[in-house]
Amino acid sequence: MSEIAPTHTIGGYVPMVDGPEKVSGRAKYTADFIEPGTLAGRIFRSPYAHAEILAVDVSEAAALPGVVAIVTGEDCDKTFGVLPVARTEHPLARERVRYRGEPVAAVAAVDDATAARAVKLIKMRVKELPAYFTAREAAAPDAVELHPHRKGNIERDVFFELGEVEAGFAEAALVRERSFHCAEVCQNQMEMHAALADYDAVRDRLTVHASTQVPYYVHLMLAQILDMEMSRIRVVKPHVGGGFGCRTETLNVELIAALLARRARGRVRIVVNREETFITHRGRPETEIKLKIGLAKDGRITAVDCACWQRGGAHSGYGIVTILYAGSMLYALYDLHRVRYVGKRVLTNTPPCGAFRGHGTVDIRFAFEALLDEMAEAMGLDPFAVRRANYLHAPTFTDNDLMVNSYGLPECVDWVERESGWRRRKGALPKGKGLGMACSHYISGASKPVNWTGEPHATVKLKLDFDGSIVLLTGAAEIGQGSSTILVQSVAEVLGLDLSRLRIVTGDSDIVPKDNGSYSSRVTFMVGNAAIDAAQNLKTLLLAAAARKLDCRPEDVECLGELYRAGAQDKGVSFDEVVAEALKDSGTITVTGNFSTIPQSHGGKKYRGAAIGGTMGYSYSAQVVEVSVDDETGVVTVDQVWVAHDCGKALNRLTVEGQVQGSVWMGMGQAMSEETDYHDGLLLTGNMLDYRVPTIQDSPPIAVGIVESNDPYGPFGAKEAGEGSLAAFLPALTAAIADATGLRFTALPVTPDRVFAALEKRQREKRAPGKAA
Amino acid sequence: MARLLTLILNGRRRTDAVGDNLLLLDYLREVLRLTGTKTGCDGGECGACTVLVDDRPRLSCLTLAASCEGKRVDTVESLAADGRLSPVQQGFHEKLGSQCGYCTPGLIMASEGLLRHNPRPDEAAIREALGSNICRCTGYVKIIEAVQHAARLRAAGATP
Repeated sequence: MSEIAPTHTIGGYVPMVDGPEKVSGRAKYTADFIEPGTLAGRIFRSPYAHAEILAVDVSEAAALPGVVAIVTGEDCDKTFGVLPVARTEHPLARERVRYRGEPVAAVAAVDDATAARAVKLIKMRVKELPAYFTAREAAAPDAVELHPHRKGNIERDVFFELGEVEAGFAEAALVRERSFHCAEVCQNQMEMHAALADYDAVRDRLTVHASTQVPYYVHLMLAQILDMEMSRIRVVKPHVGGGFGCRTETLNVELIAALLARRARGRVRIVVNREETFITHRGRPETEIKLKIGLAKDGRITAVDCACWQRGGAHSGYGIVTILYAGSMLYALYDLHRVRYVGKRVLTNTPPCGAFRGHGTVDIRFAFEALLDEMAEAMGLDPFAVRRANYLHAPTFTDNDLMVNSYGLPECVDWVERESGWRRRKGALPKGKGLGMACSHYISGASKPVNWTGEPHATVKLKLDFDGSIVLLTGAAEIGQGSSTILVQSVAEVLGLDLSRLRIVTGDSDIVPKDNGSYSSRVTFMVGNAAIDAAQNLKTLLLAAAARKLDCRPEDVECLGELYRAGAQDKGVSFDEVVAEALKDSGTITVTGNFSTIPQSHGGKKYRGAAIGGTMGYSYSAQVVEVSVDDETGVVTVDQVWVAHDCGKALNRLTVEGQVQGSVWMGMGQAMSEETDYHDGLLLTGNMLDYRVPTIQDSPPIAVGIVESNDPYGPFGAKEAGEGSLAAFLPALTAAIADATGLRFTALPVTPDRVFAALEKRQREKRAPGKAA
Repeated sequence: MARLLTLILNGRRRTDAVGDNLLLLDYLREVLRLTGTKTGCDGGECGACTVLVDDRPRLSCLTLAASCEGKRVDTVESLAADGRLSPVQQGFHEKLGSQCGYCTPGLIMASEGLLRHNPRPDEAAIREALGSNICRCTGYVKIIEAVQHAARLRAAGATP
């Protein structure tokens, strides 16, 4: 029996527990539930960017044979929105439309072709209003307000000044100010939005399948929009084809499907197309940043002054949080003491923005690191040395009260410096090649939930029954990030069992405990801790049962996973025997595990909104990017990326690597090719050819170094791994291009035409010095 | 107009009445409910719907079902046999070539098409063969490793 040992997977390379379904085509996504009798739903969208609705005429559409139900704004006067303070959006526009593509009416018909024909028969009469497509236009003094209670179209004004900022600049050896511009970008996850709503008229019950990261929020908003008791609603989240933040709030798609299903007294499936998925949006806002930094002779940052404008789109969404993050997350990467921040979130007549991976932190981090790199060069300092001069010393609290307990940034910086061969290669590369570096960080879950209910932040249930299998029940939304794998590993680790002993059930509100959802990288940290807690509670029951079988005290029982014994000489009892004994007490065993954040992690009160940014643990990242720039065409090729990420403890090295590579790559898309474009509010980039994400041909090798700072509160020491490495790519890229060409790009994306234009301009200036280019 | 279409789908001959304008993608998903093949865009942008027609990768969203008369059409559902994942599926699973899984069936069929014609592709050949399949999760690094792993498994005859 001595060969029996507990199974350990934490820290290993563990393929995902739901991988076999995904590679075999058996994994079902919302659009894959195709049952006879399901009606097809289609949405009629506003062709106007800003207008008063005078009439919506659906009579012709309603008369079309095969049309079963039509809903318009008249049918629902309730509003939704993710933040309790900003629920201003109707699922179908009422009185006003505020962006081109905003849903106005919807049709359910016997088949998709009929629904599509019906939508074409819907007519809308309006009085057009002035429309604003930039934050500056919308915030102009004479602009028409998009929403009541949003004076001057300002969704949120943020201001704070912590420390003597002007004195800090006076102390500096170099002060420099730059403006930066980041284009609006979209998540563009592979699965287009879909919802399947089934209304049981006999029982007045509703079941909704939704492609969401937040089934609980969808549940809340369905109840609010339909004016139904929550207990009559069931929300199912099947497999989800990515989210990256656009599904961290309830979308109009699932609400409209539910309204149609109730009207039709049946089952309605809406699968919006790619263009509509782009229009549903919730991406990263177009952002303008004016940043001033003061540096001391040794590279220490003496002061920071930052102004940030975000074009938020037509509805609030997460907007208030986004503009607050941009300010608060200036902190917690470096040791800053004199910081001024002005943030303006503006409502505009463009599709609503949301919480894109790296929420609120990415564009600001681009500006910050880019300016730091430029200033380091101007002062003849090494960019690594400048970072090293500004490290935090954990444990600490930042000036805006963010709690930093573990801080692996120095190890990240060392790793990329070493692995990239920076010391040897920087400055020694052939013409047209360059190296750049930068750092970034992110939270492991917002410490204060969006909906404050007083419940624990995370709850996991385990069920153990006669068959000896453990079922893990969680509302945590697996969206491809691997949360199900991490949770199964965590429970199995505590019990010393092979993963095959466990099954996981997620995303069905009838069965699983509520979870706030997969956003802000909260799942590993919060739900992971709850899973460990649940497993420990189960283990306590099993040890007690084993003690009875072995006739000893529970504390004398040794758990070897499949074997429980009282000391090394004991032949022990099997896991199955222990389970049978444990069931004698209570029948089927269910245990609960919980996790709550500690108050010290909740951020501060030094300015309005200062809680945003508070988390139990920050991840850290450093990157080196190597590029080649073709000076004939302006094409930039990323040859290689070295990234080191402090995730506290890699619970699964395979999925950590995958998450880090995925975020670096997504940063690359934003930095080099992705941007939305509108003509009078009409989206011009609503497809994957015009909205260009990098293909496999464009994508570099990405070497990942895992840094483990072992966070004292993290599950097995872990922190987040899926967001923190995105932001650093952007400034590392522009630094590398500067190294290769001497040109510093402050507007993203750095597309070949922009590089080409800058190279041309420099060429012209060289030929005709003194003349304006 | 509709016609009778006879083809060899996933190794089995079958005949169905199909409209002349029915896309292969809709035939597979909506008519036969083989939902492993995914819709990811509005036509020809993303590669999620890739299937094999006579062993060559084809975008089923740009292919009329009727054009497959007499042809062999293979979808992701055809690969696993005798209770085992195929080498490409095993490669994608073990090397994390799949995260959310939505682009995965298309990438797996494109990779399968590559390996049927070129059992030992170098990295450049893999990049070329998968150049029209978008993945939004992985950054492609582990997809390349997955295909390389699959080629090794195939060469070792690990599975059918």
